[in-house]
Amino acid sequence: MKPAQFDYVRAESLAEAHDVLAAEGADATVLAGGQSLLPLLSTRLARPKVVIDIMRIPGLDVIAPAGDAIRIGAAVRQAKLAAWPELPGAQPLLARALPFVGHAQTRSRGTVCGSVAHADPSAEIPLVLLALAGEIILSSGRGQRRVPADAFFTGLMSTARADDELIEAVVMPRRRPGHGYAFREFARRHGDFAIVACAAIAGEQAARLAVGGVADRPVVFDGLPLDGTALDNALDRIADDLEARDDLHATADYRRDLVRRLGRATIAEARQCRA
Amino acid sequence: MPRLSAEERHRVAFVLNGRPVEGQAEPRMLLTDFLRHVLGMTGTHVGCEHGVCGACTIEVDGVPARACLMLAVQADGATLRTVEGLAPEPGRLSLLQQAFRRHHALQCGFCTPGILMSLDNYLRDNPDPSEADIRTFLTGHLCRCTGYVPIVAAALDAAERLREAKHSA
Repeated sequence: MKPAQFDYVRAESLAEAHDVLAAEGADATVLAGGQSLLPLLSTRLARPKVVIDIMRIPGLDVIAPAGDAIRIGAAVRQAKLAAWPELPGAQPLLARALPFVGHAQTRSRGTVCGSVAHADPSAEIPLVLLALAGEIILSSGRGQRRVPADAFFTGLMSTARADDELIEAVVMPRRRPGHGYAFREFARRHGDFAIVACAAIAGEQAARLAVGGVADRPVVFDGLPLDGTALDNALDRIADDLEARDDLHATADYRRDLVRRLGRATIAEARQCRA
Repeated sequence: MPRLSAEERHRVAFVLNGRPVEGQAEPRMLLTDFLRHVLGMTGTHVGCEHGVCGACTIEVDGVPARACLMLAVQADGATLRTVEGLAPEPGRLSLLQQAFRRHHALQCGFCTPGILMSLDNYLRDNPDPSEADIRTFLTGHLCRCTGYVPIVAAALDAAERLREAKHSA
């Protein structure tokens, strides 16, 4: 339970971090809050040659309104975003989901972008980013590109990030008038990894539902009926289509049942929250 | 741009419980091991070493943090508090520590330093928590002895006495 050896680079600018990533490629890994990376290092599931600490790069810990979206920089810690007074008005789904991310003792250090980079299939922040159709801003020495969340999460802890890229920021769309937002998850204990997590957005005509913890990445379903038997039938299809697996925490059947119940409850709550 | 090589040890300096300290660490050394083995501050306990149990929770720059989820080199220049910094003077416990003793909020004591550091920080920002607040907050810590009931009681009692102390001050 001790990390293997690595060089430690304290980057002072994005360009420096890009240079090291370009030179070392997959042998380098970016360290932000460390709440996901440090366990990987200590269990030696990750054995990088170089760890690049980006937390002292000026300007990365900024939450910035950007038109009809919010830009959250790579060094913004989860606790900082949760404490941002404008958050519940700007994006209620994110405000509702953040208290479920880890524990107070890890949100104090863990970053929003770090959770996105880690891409755990049961993590709340990737789920919310996908539900909102947000974007990931990747940058490298080659330049910058914006990737939609749906294209970014490619599988179990794997993403569209190239070896020489880092996440510079994520972009979360703001709340849209006439839409309601809700988040629910089921876990054995508050703060544990979700067995199933649901994020719902209800509009006037239809609902959008993102489901985490079941497949090897969060999955989003659009154009769902808002209630009634039609919603039940749609949730049945969703539960069956998701590739649920048995594991230590729950059987596939149990997860499918949770998708139906939690999905329905989350959509109902989102409908009630429509403003 | 500082690059600290894997094989060498590097100077790490920070403020610990109000006093400047320093030592040498390889980049891979966890902050828990630096505190305990390099500085000899063994009040911070090491349980799971991957951020789950909470025994190693300390305060870093004013917020609770798992010391096992930090490299020692990340702490360079920071301000840290550990359980050794809780008592106001030798032989006198803090109000929170006194409440833990009164309520028998520890048995083996392994998880206690982390829980104390978490609660000390939490009660500063949340002087009047409900039992549910305390229980949610404590999900970040594992205690295998007490069943948490005396820990929750001690936290609520400490909150009340801290409010009284602030009021009469």
